[in-house]
Amino acid sequence: MVTANQERFFFEHYGLTNHDLETYLTAALSAGGDYADLYFEYLTSTSLMVDESLVKSASQGISAGCGVRVISGERTGYAYTDDLSPKRILHAARTAALIASAPAKTTVAGFQQKPARSLYPVALPSVDADITAKVELLMRADRTARGYDPRIKEVRASYADELRTILVVGSDGTFAEDSQPLARLNVSCIAKTDASSGRGTSGGGGRVALDFFFGDKTPEFFAKESARQSILQLDAREAPVGEMEVVLGPGWPGVLLHEAVGHGLEADFNRKKTSAFAGLIGKRVASEKCTVVDNGTMPWRRGSLNVDDEGQPTQETVLIENGILKGYLSDKLSSKLMGLADTGNGRRESYEHIPMPRMTNTYMLAGQDDPGDIIRSVKNGIYAVNFGGGQVDITNGKFVFLASEAYLIENGQITAPIKGATLIGNGPDVLTRVSMVGNDLKLDEGVGTCGKDGQAVPVGVGIPTIKIDRLTVGGTGKRETGGFMQ
Amino acid sequence: MTTTLETSETKLATDLKQIATDVVSRAMKGGATAAECVVREGDEFSTVVRLGQVETLKESGSRAIGVRVFFGLRAASTYSSDFSAAGIERMLKSALELAKITSEDPYAGIPEAGNFGSLSGDLHLYHEDVYSLPGPERIEYARRAEKAALDADPRIKNSEGGSFDAATGRKVLANSHGFVGEYRRSYCSVAVVPIAQDENGGMQRDYWYSVARSLAKLDSAEQVGKEAARRTLRRLGARKVKTTHVPVVLDPMVASSMLEHIFEGVNGDSVYRGASFLAGKLGQKIAGANVNVVDDGTMPGGFGTTPFDGEGIPTRRTVVIENGILKSYLLNTYTAKKLGLETTANASRGLAGTPGIGPGNYFLEPGTKTPNQIIAEIKDGLYVTEFLGHGANLVTGDYSRGASGMWIVNGEPAYPVEEITVAGNLKDMFCNISEVGSDLEFRGSVASPTIRIDGLTIGGE
Repeated sequence: MVTANQERFFFEHYGLTNHDLETYLTAALSAGGDYADLYFEYLTSTSLMVDESLVKSASQGISAGCGVRVISGERTGYAYTDDLSPKRILHAARTAALIASAPAKTTVAGFQQKPARSLYPVALPSVDADITAKVELLMRADRTARGYDPRIKEVRASYADELRTILVVGSDGTFAEDSQPLARLNVSCIAKTDASSGRGTSGGGGRVALDFFFGDKTPEFFAKESARQSILQLDAREAPVGEMEVVLGPGWPGVLLHEAVGHGLEADFNRKKTSAFAGLIGKRVASEKCTVVDNGTMPWRRGSLNVDDEGQPTQETVLIENGILKGYLSDKLSSKLMGLADTGNGRRESYEHIPMPRMTNTYMLAGQDDPGDIIRSVKNGIYAVNFGGGQVDITNGKFVFLASEAYLIENGQITAPIKGATLIGNGPDVLTRVSMVGNDLKLDEGVGTCGKDGQAVPVGVGIPTIKIDRLTVGGTGKRETGGFMQ
Repeated sequence: MTTTLETSETKLATDLKQIATDVVSRAMKGGATAAECVVREGDEFSTVVRLGQVETLKESGSRAIGVRVFFGLRAASTYSSDFSAAGIERMLKSALELAKITSEDPYAGIPEAGNFGSLSGDLHLYHEDVYSLPGPERIEYARRAEKAALDADPRIKNSEGGSFDAATGRKVLANSHGFVGEYRRSYCSVAVVPIAQDENGGMQRDYWYSVARSLAKLDSAEQVGKEAARRTLRRLGARKVKTTHVPVVLDPMVASSMLEHIFEGVNGDSVYRGASFLAGKLGQKIAGANVNVVDDGTMPGGFGTTPFDGEGIPTRRTVVIENGILKSYLLNTYTAKKLGLETTANASRGLAGTPGIGPGNYFLEPGTKTPNQIIAEIKDGLYVTEFLGHGANLVTGDYSRGASGMWIVNGEPAYPVEEITVAGNLKDMFCNISEVGSDLEFRGSVASPTIRIDGLTIGGE
């Protein structure tokens, strides 16, 4: 069920009727495409920033539009309009229709709305909540971060939320509505001494209402975490360089899975055989301790969706089971062309964009090992607990991710913090070197955004503590100790 | 026909400048002490041809409007894609409401009257010819580019496609000091992403593209396809190397990332917050004596050229680094006031929020040596053609990124390498730019010739 007040949103606000939808789809198939769909979107958003303890920026906006897609074989025609008048939508439909060149297909099946989940049933979407309450969250974050340590010199706290209301209708009868809230709060800090400086950043959120930030994950929580990281960096040593044992802490380090295997398992790359994972279904791509899933059905999560942007309900999809590659993440086009099930991973940034297979929440299931034992098993390596972003070349499989908070492990003991360093590896074999998997699976706090082909979508990641026997760490390897001068 | 349709017909005929000035005057009537409105309108065409077949065809247009209002020293902004009278009214009303919750900031405000203006004369930013090709010929451009890559070598068996894109856009800015400016820009590009496979099944991809404001200046499909093939083929059989310290040469595509790091470091927003290690370094040596960095928003036809910046100030040429000495930060009005300086007309304005800071045509001035001469002087070194990841920290200068490219042996690129890291500290790296090549070419608003940097750590096996 969609939230009651958003049901039939486009019918109520734009006078849309079932007959209009049939007319547009008929126009879209007027040159004989195999399939057509319409994606209506109405997005409201708010963003606020507190800098130097002042509310310096506040903005709100509305954007609405409709994208028309026509599929003919492997071809896709696409057009969109930000004007929801019948004339403009028809024009977009006829433009998208030009991808095909055959006699018109006029049969448009009757629409059927499938029962959908309600993964984020917020009573009051945060975009409609009292804005002074959001400002107060940021002022609390600012005060906490500044009060954490006198060496904290700069604090920026930002808050952003949106409510995306969508309607997807397809010539196969697809009819899906959803109302998708999204909120996040971020705090970034800069710490300074005469000799050194450091930065920290922390944040969280999800498909949640404002009350989320009054539970465990308060502004104070994120402010302290950000401040702690920036202070820690003041004394960070040069990072080591070369291949070594690497232990990843639980939670956000799951970005490893997103980069190393997730993108490579998106069906479009495998259909085109441009992924290093093409043809590896049924083969071993990870140690038997590794089971990796993509799950769009987790309540309140940033990467979750009741239905994907093609109207298909999301699901839990096993990508790797006990080390064996099991499946791909697919959308309508790839599932049809590859003869696979549609896993409900067809996503798009907005009505201006063509959907494609994307991740939702991607994580590794918990194992049996005690996290303490994992650390104690390492003679000489690093323990990485926080990461910046990552990137992957899906064709040769090489991926990177940036450790922003990491420590040396010497003889089974966590010792000194180290400066930020890039970790680089090869997607199809990095997980084969996972020798221990912790019992402490954790999901990230809800700030991830994934980019592919210029389209950004919110995602989640997660992982338990794991040990990778060999991974290249890109430090400088210099021997200076903390508080050094250059 | 519905009334919505009639409204939309009328609005299409209305001058965007008129809409913008109306919004400003209505904001003032609503009690604002200053206001600024931006209107953007654009259309795009894009097609991808893969293995000779059309894969996607996209064609559309859109527009949006944003307003920023001030009540004394408080500001707020709103935007909308709804140009109906009701839509604009709603946008204005929420901006005026929102301004109540922001703080008084002594440095806030639009620029002083008397500073506004627009460069005169034709800046050659708009060429109608980007849309002059009929649809089938645009597809053909992409198809020929991909074919040139596929035909270049039997090891190129697959591709992510050839593409042809064209776009035009119009931007209007108006404010309550009476400034109204407008410009149009056009753009077209052709690109190819081939995939090569070696005898062991190992795959590599790379890309090449040409981009221009006029179709007449776009490289031929064949040139682009062949270069994409050459760049892809040279990566086949790439290997890891042992951890080492050697001279590093950055090709222009990756060298421009160094310019971006300098930009982030001299960006007034980073400077006043102390988020840059270059803060407070005006007049000091921050780079090698051969390093001269310029930002010039006035170059005719440039990708970073505009007649006025995001606040309505005429663009200009600013020397950022001269012979290694930091001469100027890059600023908008707000950050200039914070630092007690004058704006450099680098304000960039999206639809919402406060203006940021963006480059004009921002580049490293070329030296005299060709890339081949620079490589020829290196016995053992790394030639980087691609970086992966974003491991530059401008607060500390710490730098660590993934890389791939060619290993240089006795002055020649000898074999491809991958899965390695390059690490150092930007404070040293800027000073250790030991060579600057002659091959400056603009493929966007930020450009660099080939450069050599010494003293970096290469991480591998």
